[in-house]
This record gives sequence, C-alpha cells and structure tokens, in this order.
Amino acid sequence: MTVTAFSGVVLAISALAGFLGALTGLGGGVVVTPVLTLLLGVDIHYAMGASLVSVIATSSGAAAAYVKEGFSNVRAGMLLEIATTAGAVGGAHLASVVPAEGLAIVFGAVLLYSAWHSMTPMAAQHAHAGDPLAARFKLNGSYPAEGGAEEYTVTNVKGGFSLMVVAGLLSGLLGIGSGAMKVVAMDQVMKIPFKVSTATSNFMIGVTAAASAGIYLRHGYIHPGLAMPVMLGVLGGSLLGARQLHGANVRVLRKLFAVVIAVMAVEMVYSGVTGGLR
Amino acid sequence: MTDSKLEQIMGNLLRAGVMLAAAVVLAGGIWYLAANGGSIENYRTFHGQHGTMPWTQGLSAPLATIQIGLLLLIATPVARVVFSVAAFGVEHDRMYVIITLIVLAILSYSLLAS
Repeated sequence: MTVTAFSGVVLAISALAGFLGALTGLGGGVVVTPVLTLLLGVDIHYAMGASLVSVIATSSGAAAAYVKEGFSNVRAGMLLEIATTAGAVGGAHLASVVPAEGLAIVFGAVLLYSAWHSMTPMAAQHAHAGDPLAARFKLNGSYPAEGGAEEYTVTNVKGGFSLMVVAGLLSGLLGIGSGAMKVVAMDQVMKIPFKVSTATSNFMIGVTAAASAGIYLRHGYIHPGLAMPVMLGVLGGSLLGARQLHGANVRVLRKLFAVVIAVMAVEMVYSGVTGGLR
Repeated sequence: MTDSKLEQIMGNLLRAGVMLAAAVVLAGGIWYLAANGGSIENYRTFHGQHGTMPWTQGLSAPLATIQIGLLLLIATPVARVVFSVAAFGVEHDRMYVIITLIVLAILSYSLLAS
C-alpha cells in the first residue's frame, strides 16, 4: 500500500475506534493496537507507540468537559499517580525486553478482561468504615448531586494504590490507558463514587501515559508517520462520540463493542501463541 | 481564586494544548503525504533505532514536524502536573506540593533521562 492509502485507512479505522470508544465509555485506544497488528500487519511496537499517543490526546482533550462537571477528586488522582507513573515507567522498560509474542498474549488477556468487565455490572457500594489514611491524605470529598453536594469517605487506600501500580504497569507495557482498571481500583476497592472515579481516571490516564512516552520515544516505538493518522483519527472520533452520547442506544452498542473486543482478544492470544504476528 | 476556577482554567488550557498539537501534527502530516505519499509504507518490521533527545534527529522535515506536534501533546499532561504544584502551593498544602513533585520527578525521569 502507498503511504497515502495506508494513512487514509488508518485514519478511518482510528476515527471509528475513537467514536465507539467515547460512545461506549470503553476508550478507543484499546482496539487500535489489535487492529493495526492483526489487520494491517503493523509491528506491535509501532502500534503500541501510536496507541499511547492517542490515549494522551483523548485524556487531555476530554479534561475540560470532565472539569466542568466537577466530579474529579484532584488529591486522590495526584496521590494515585505516584503509583501509576512508577508502574508505567517499569512497564515501558519491561516492554523493551518482552518478545512481541509475549506482548500479544498479555494484550489479549487484558482485552478479554475489559470485554468481560464491560459486560458485568459493578457491585453496588455498601456502607464502609473510613480509612485513617484517607483522612490523613485528605481524600474524602464531595461531588455535586441533585440535592446539593454529596459527601463520601474513601477506604482501603493501600489496596487501591497497589492496584494502581498494576494499572500503570499494564499501561506502560502495552501502550494503553488502563482506564477500566483505574476505575475498578477507585470505585470497587477504595469505594470512591463511580462518577468521581471515572472523571478522576480520565485525567490520570494522560499523566500515566506521559510517564511511558519518554521511554517509548527512546526505544523508537513512536513512529511519527504512523502516529499521525492514529492520533488525529482517535481524537476526532472521540470528540464526535462524546457529543453523540445522548440519544444513542449505548447499551446495545456497548455489548457489540465488547464482542468485537473479545474476538480481537482471542485473535491476539492466538497470533502470539502461534508466532503469527508479522 | 477557588479550586474549581483553577481547574476550569486548567481544563481549557489542556484542550487548547491538544488542539495546538493536533494542528501541528495535521500540518506535518499533509506535508509528509505531499512529499512521500506515493512511496510504499513499511511498518511491518521494527527498526528499534534508539532515539535521543530532542527526538527529531534523523527524521525528514515533515516527520520532524509531526514529532514536534506529538511532543506538544505529551507535554499537556505534564503541564497539568506542573500547574498542580503551583495550585497546591497557593493553598499552602505542603503535603500535596511534595506528592505532586514526586509525580513530576517520575515524569522527568522518563522524559529527560537518557
């Protein structure tokens, strides 16, 4: 394929991925790498580099909208970013020693988890005892709700922090945002309200990805010729998708997208096991 | 200035940064396609050349332009962290100034150490 034709195809696929990712809340970056590697035969390292860049674009691009809603917990986000950035640096270094087949298998497993995660409703939050650490680090907060501000207390800070190290590690290892795992760490482990968790996760994703970016640049994973259509496509698609959010039948779409992700997950694992990448 | 006001400004700055980065990437991309659009793509094999700061060495001018746009993009979340150091400082929240500086140190290690 010529560079122009290839860039056009990648732009269109990335725009669709960004659009569906924003509409379903699953994030578009997660399907970019499997599509590039499985369908277009791109080397997994270049695909991961382009995906990482698009993750930063959607995170920073959506920040203004999230801030306007006033849900994010800035202090919890910053404290947990110590965990995610440290994990991401480790993961990005690890990516340079793990063989491509190994990366594909781990990638497939993570994809399978996100597909499963998006299909199962999260457990409802129960009353819980506050964590003294949460008070010490000023993590308890409030968010705007219908009858005025709703207060919440945070628990299991150590557990959430540990899971954030893993989320960061996977983000750096695979060039993804790890948004789903970040939300689980805050919502399910630390019992931070779901809306606050997703808003906080969005701004953590960009900072986490930036921590891997330097190492990706150094190892030559970020090829500007490939990152260009991916970044422009995912960004454009996700901005459009965020606007369409109201009125669309998201539940059906979410299921459909989860199935697509699951199929790609199996393909990724298969190609990794058989060495069929490239 | 209130907390949420500061955040609002930051959110808008971040979006402006992303839009600027996208514009530079787009300009570089059009230039790249105009110059090399007819050649055959090859991303199948990883060359793994180790780059060094400022990450534009060895790139043709159009690709270097795209790379500058990408670096601008990577800088947006970093700018947010830098801004947070100042914001916590204004609030005299010493603990969070230190926490934010730790995050900034990790980011600096990744982006600047070679």
